[in-house]
This record gives sequence, C-alpha cells and structure tokens, in this order.
Amino acid sequence: MSGQDFKPGSEEHLAEVLAHAIAAEQPLELIGRGSKRGFGRAMQTAGLLDLSGFSGIRMYEPDELVMSAGPATPLAEIEAALAAENQELAFEPPHMGHLQANAVTDGSIGGVFACNLAGPRRFRAGSARDHLLGFRGVSGRGEIFKSGGRVVKNVTGYDLCKLMCGSFGTLAAMTEVTFKVLPRAEKIWTVLAFGLSAEQAVQAMADAAGSPHDVSGLCHLPTEVAARSAVDFISGAGASVTAIRLEGPAPSVTHRATALKTMLAAVEGARPQGIEELHTHRSITFWREVRDVSPLLDGETVAGNPLWRLSVTPTDGARTMTGILDQVPGRGLMDWAGGQLWLALEPGAEDGGVDCIRSTMDGGHATLIRGAADLRARIPVFQPQPAPLAALTKRIKDGFDPRGVLNPGRMVEGV
Amino acid sequence: MQMPKPDEATIARRSDLVAAFRDFLPDAHVIVDEATLKAFESDGLTAYRQPPMIAVLPETTEEVSRILKLCRDWGVKVVPRGSGTSLSGGALPLADGVLLGLGKFNRVLEIDYDNRTATVQPGVTNLAITQAVEGEGFYYAPDPSSQIACSIGGNVAENSGGVHCLKYGLTTNNILGIEMVTIDGEILRIGGKHLDAEGYDLLGIMTGSEGLLGVVTEVTVRILRKPETVRALLVGFPTVEQGGDCVGRIIGAGIIPAGMEMMDRPAIHAAEAFCHAGYPLDVESILIIELDGPEAEVDHLTEVVSGICTACGAVSVRVSETEAERMNFWAGRKAAFPAVGRISPDYYCMDGTIPRRQLPLVLKRMSEMSEKYGLGVANVFHAGDGNLHPLILYDANAPGELERAEEFGSDILRLCVEVGGVLTGEHGVGVEKRDLMPEMFTEVDLNQQQRLKCAFDPDGLLNPGKVFPTLHRCAELGRMHIHRGQMPFPDLPRF
Repeated sequence: MSGQDFKPGSEEHLAEVLAHAIAAEQPLELIGRGSKRGFGRAMQTAGLLDLSGFSGIRMYEPDELVMSAGPATPLAEIEAALAAENQELAFEPPHMGHLQANAVTDGSIGGVFACNLAGPRRFRAGSARDHLLGFRGVSGRGEIFKSGGRVVKNVTGYDLCKLMCGSFGTLAAMTEVTFKVLPRAEKIWTVLAFGLSAEQAVQAMADAAGSPHDVSGLCHLPTEVAARSAVDFISGAGASVTAIRLEGPAPSVTHRATALKTMLAAVEGARPQGIEELHTHRSITFWREVRDVSPLLDGETVAGNPLWRLSVTPTDGARTMTGILDQVPGRGLMDWAGGQLWLALEPGAEDGGVDCIRSTMDGGHATLIRGAADLRARIPVFQPQPAPLAALTKRIKDGFDPRGVLNPGRMVEGV
Repeated sequence: MQMPKPDEATIARRSDLVAAFRDFLPDAHVIVDEATLKAFESDGLTAYRQPPMIAVLPETTEEVSRILKLCRDWGVKVVPRGSGTSLSGGALPLADGVLLGLGKFNRVLEIDYDNRTATVQPGVTNLAITQAVEGEGFYYAPDPSSQIACSIGGNVAENSGGVHCLKYGLTTNNILGIEMVTIDGEILRIGGKHLDAEGYDLLGIMTGSEGLLGVVTEVTVRILRKPETVRALLVGFPTVEQGGDCVGRIIGAGIIPAGMEMMDRPAIHAAEAFCHAGYPLDVESILIIELDGPEAEVDHLTEVVSGICTACGAVSVRVSETEAERMNFWAGRKAAFPAVGRISPDYYCMDGTIPRRQLPLVLKRMSEMSEKYGLGVANVFHAGDGNLHPLILYDANAPGELERAEEFGSDILRLCVEVGGVLTGEHGVGVEKRDLMPEMFTEVDLNQQQRLKCAFDPDGLLNPGKVFPTLHRCAELGRMHIHRGQMPFPDLPRF
C-alpha cells in the first residue's frame, strides 16, 4: 500500500495510528525533530510517524531534581529551562543537528534518550540511560504502557527505562519522559597539558581519573584537531592538547587545579611541553566543542564523510585510534579518558573504514554516527553481535513490536 | 501470598534429577538431605519459609550452564541465590524447584586501577570489593546496609542502593559488564571495561531483574578513588517538617551531599538507647549530612550547609571533628534496625520511595495509620533520594499482629504510590510486594514486562512466583488482536 504519514496529537491517537499500522502492515519511521534521521541504518518504511505533537515541559521541580517533558521537546528548550534554575543534564547530551548536511534543527530530548547519547562527563556522571527515571509510550502492539516513575531510587519491576535508552525507537513510541536533573557547578576550570603523545595522554588521563581530584572531563586532541578549536588557547597551542576538567565550588576548583598541575608536571618521561588552565567561560566553549565533536568536522567533512564513535576500554584508546588512523586517513579525538573515540575519516574507503576499525579494536564497539545513505545500507552501522545476543535482541523486539512497525531495521536487519 | 502450586510430577522425579546433577557435579555440591536444605529455606524476609527440593552449588560457569540446561530440558524451576540477604523474599525457594547457590563463586578475578574496574565472581561480598581495592585508595560506591554479607551478584539482581545513592547512584550506575547464563545454558557476555554496551541495554535490564531473566556468573564494577576528606554533620530539628524542608533547601542550593539521612523521634530514641551515639533527644528529627571530596571543598560546603541548617531552624548542628566522631554519628543510624529490634519483639521494614516534598504529608498519614492499626512505627529515611524505611513494630506472638503489620505496611506502600512514589526503592519486589504491583502498574504495563521475561525465559522456569502477581503463558502474551478496516481518526493531519 502507499505510504502514509501520521502526526498524532494525543496518546490515544498514537495508539490508534499504531493499531492501524499493525493491521495495514505499514512500518513507520519515528521522528521527533528529525536531527538524527541520518543516524542508524537506512530503512524501508512506508511512512513517517511524526511525534512533534508530544512537545513541551510538563513538570519541573528543581528542588526534587526532576523534570518531565514530551519527547519532542527541543533539547535547547530543556536546557534553557534548567539553566534558569542553575541546573543541567549532568550527562551533557551532544547536539547532533550539525552532523547532518541538510539539517538545521536542534535535537529533541526524546531523541537523546532513544539514542542514549552522552557527552564528556559520561565517565563520571553516567549516560542518558542513567538519568531516565520513567516514561510513557505506545508499544508496537498499539498498547499504551509506562515504566519507572519520578524518583531516583526505584526497583519496582524491570527497568524498562534502560531498555528504551539506546533502542532507537524500535520498541515503543514514547509520549513522555521523566528524568533526573542536577545542579550546575559554580566554577568550571580546565587544566591543559600540551604536547603529549596519544599514549602518554591516556596514561595522564588514567592518573587524573584515579586521583582524588574529582575530575569531570578527560579528553585528548591531536595537534591537527586542536588547531581547529574555537578557543584561542587550544588552537594556538601548535601541539596536541590533553584537557582535564574540574568543576565545583570555587575554593575547591582552584585548590584542585593547583594539585593537578603539580601532578602532571611530575610525570617522568611524559612531561608536557606546557601546562595552562582555562577558566569558566573558555572551559564551557571548549567542552561544548568536544561534546559536539565540532573540531573534527568542518566544511570538507560535512559532505558525507563517515564519522565513527568507538567505545573501548579507556587504556586501549590510544592504540586503537592510532592503529586505525595509520591505515585509513582521517582525524580523531579521544574523550572519556580514552574510552570514547571519535573518528572522522576521509572519503575514499569503499566500506567507510568499517573493516579496519572493527578489526583493530579489541573489545568494545564501533557505531557509524554519520555516513551517506548508501554506505549505511551497505555496512553494519552498529557493531554486529554474537549470534546468541542477536537472537535475544530479536526476541525482545518481538515482545514489544511483533509486526515490526516501529523503525524496523534501524539498528539491525529484522529488529 | 500464594506461591505457584508445586508440581507433583517434578517432585516424583527428584532422585533422577539428583543423579543427573551428580553426573557432572561432585556429590557434596548436590544437596538433598533435609537438615542442610533447611539452611536455604528463607532469606532476609524470614516470615516466609520453604526448603528447596534440591540445592546445587556449582563452582564454574560451565557447571551453571549445564545445571540450567538440564533444568530447562526437564522443565524444572530454578531459584538463584547469592548470600540470601534479600529483604523481599527474592531467594525464597520452591518445593518443586532447584536452589542454585552461587556462594562458591567467591573470587576477585582482576583489578584494573588504570581503567578503574574490578572484575569479580558474583558470590564476592559487596564489602569485599572495597576491601580488595582500598589499599590503593579506591572503593566500590554502592553500600547497602547488609554490605558485610550481601553478594555483588545479589546486588545486581536487586539493583541494591545504600546511603550514598544520591551522589553515587545505585548498582545499575556502577557496573560495566557481566557474564550471565540463560535458562538455555547459553553463556553471554554483556559490556566489559568500556563504558556502554552496544545494542539494547541488557546490562540495564538484568540489573534489578530479581533472578527472573538469567544467572550472573561474573561482574565488572566501576571503582572510585576514595575522597580526600569525609565529614558528617549531625543536625537536630524541632519538627519533622523543618528537617524535610532543610533537605530541599540544601539541594536547592546546588549541593549534592554524599549522604543525607533522616530519623524521626522514635528512631532517634531507639538508636540512642542502643548505642549512645550522642543524638539529641529533645528534637523531632535529625539529619545526618555527609560531605566528601577535596578538603577545600568539604571545608567550604560544611560552612554553607551549616548556614542553611541554622536558617531552617535547626536547634543543634554538630560537625564531626575526627573520623571517630563521624563514625559515631553514623553508628546510631546504622544500628537503627537492631535498635528498634530491642524496643519491639518484631519489626517489619518497609521500603517505599516518595518525592521528598511529600515527606510531611506521608509522615502525618503514617502516624494516623499507626493509631488505626494500634502498632508503633519508627522512621529512618534516605532523605536525599526520598527512600523511606518505616519500621513497623509488632509482636509475632500476639495473635493477629503480624497480619495487622502487613496490612499497615501495604497501606504505607499504597500511600507512597498515591503521592507519586513507588513500592520499592532498593529492597525489590520479590514475593513481599508482588501482589501490590497492580497499585502501580496496569495490566498492560505488567504484561509488557512479562513479555521481556518471555524473551529470556519462555517457559517461566527462572524464579517463578516473584515480582509478578499473575503469571501468564508466553504464548498467551504473544497474541495480538488486530483491528482491520477503518482508518483511524480520519481528521488526523496527514502530509
């Protein structure tokens, strides 16, 4: 049958739409604001399920550290409301609109949870999945259901919030998300170490992460990536930059910055060429760049060059990144103390570098975050799973969406 | 509370099953004698007792795999058990079931300080993980009060919390990987030392699944560097409302303390009589506020928090000067349960969570219920995260008191749900709160959860009788009613 698009305005409408899609065997592509439409496998869907009707903040209680919103609420709207109360989403979700050549829109809070995205603070504060407390939605059975609640401590029944995070809309269309919010730090400083090799940087970041200085960001930008930063201290360094973020009350941050600089200067055999610090304003700009991977991307790479995200054992980050970039031309940066690698590869490689990337990795997983539609149709965008896990994944999908009407094939064929 | 009816045919095959287990397990690891089986008859929820048909104590993942596969092939139910400290009956055995004890999985396998992980077997106790890494200045953050005895495998099954959840999260926020065995005997590895697993978040689903989805045979946890300084404040308030209000104001000021505990008057008096912690006795509530971090930060926050407490009407604010004094502040809180045990022959510990601001209302309603049921109640409260532990005082030897205590408890949990909270914050549903699940969830909600179970355990052999009030067959849950014909809502915008 011919494709039809739907834009339900209420949970009941949505349930009706899905009941219809099930009966008509019409698979649908879910969109909130559309900033991540190019993320995931290319799908064969008959129509769009536009969820933009489920927008707006429904509850915000700053002293209870909790907010509820329609999943299509713009991330920017959420962040502005939180900022007005000096709060934030502690997991620092990346803004991904700019990754798409033709997209100008900012993402939605529902998309952030559906894709389980997190920024530099992830290794300390957790990911999106650690902050979703409850949701309402409609399953691929056309049934309205909910899970979780509005409190942090809750072990009542299976934690379906975790399952929804990172399921890319393949299990249910969410109609409301309730999540934890946290106070924003009073002061944000960044200690910079210049000129470390990737290996040295990983060791320095491991030392900092294992120190009592309570760091909240650990990234490493090779020289050519640092040169693209919008922060003058970084772009003008003429060297690689290893950045360590400190947040908290003012007296604590200044004290820790001093201690951390002393610690970095004392590393035998891996002494940085220089140590500097960024204060709050520049720190905010810099970590936003790292969060959104903007120093890796500029005019030449936006036109469909593959962008990969790798999640690896942190101490294996340098070996993995240099090992891949020795074989495939491109640029990379390390976040999460080496545990998250972003690689922007040059065009040319037939398979988008997938074989090289996945064969160089020792555990963990690699996801193609951006790539041309034909590339996304040709290669596994998500890390292929061992057969028993893949079979379990399929059975879970069948329990929520037995007829495959919700984003079928977005993650894996048949799911 | 009814458990599934034991299957006589399974019980009749008991000796065949024992022989089949002894094919690959040492005789001593297949327990059949009544006296030893009795040791497994209950967990921390001692009101319910049932010896298992057989207990098996495997030592390797392969043995677990063979046990589960055999049970699946024979259609025999399995109840996994760690240290047996569950407060909700999660490890309550079945008369026609095999109890799978993981106590022999007690080794720390690897500690990786550079990646800040520890990989351990599931029978290792929560505290033993911290003890294994504290020499290097690290610790494992979640600290349920049973940490000296409870196993990390059990912590994963129950998504255990503790007093530091507000700042450091629950078990689910502190584990990176597991090895698990499905009822089919399949050995799966999920996650590892990297920070997020690929695909659906099975690690998140397994955590808190109460032994209904699979058996965890290895856990990789996140370890943290111990904070430089830890200090506690002991604050007394003339009313419970002022204490509750103070909690909100501290958080409102942008401060997330490492722990924030509240006790009401009955709990304070019981604790003070028991361990002489120096608690003020002329107040209606106390807060213990713990601050941790670099010394400069703790100094600064101590001043700010003291100021907020005074502004909230605190009549006493004491700041711990030494580690001994800090431990002393905690001694009363940590001994609250045994302390209450001294003033009452029995007590029943509840575990609801509420939005913090509902505390005054909930405490008021609870004291009304206390009068109605004629039973006392003492409250300890993880005030920072809204997790309430009312202790209902009763005497099991007085006819009808246990039933009254259970009814009182159910009323408290219904109240928690009514004000926007949940039935259980950290103890789990188990058998204890199973029949209250419909207070919080619709049948559709519960059926969707059971469909997840069907993906793991289609025959319902893993820990049946826990969590879900009504058991459905997976085939029945899988059926769909499809409405063919009419287009829905012809007036819906289409474009």
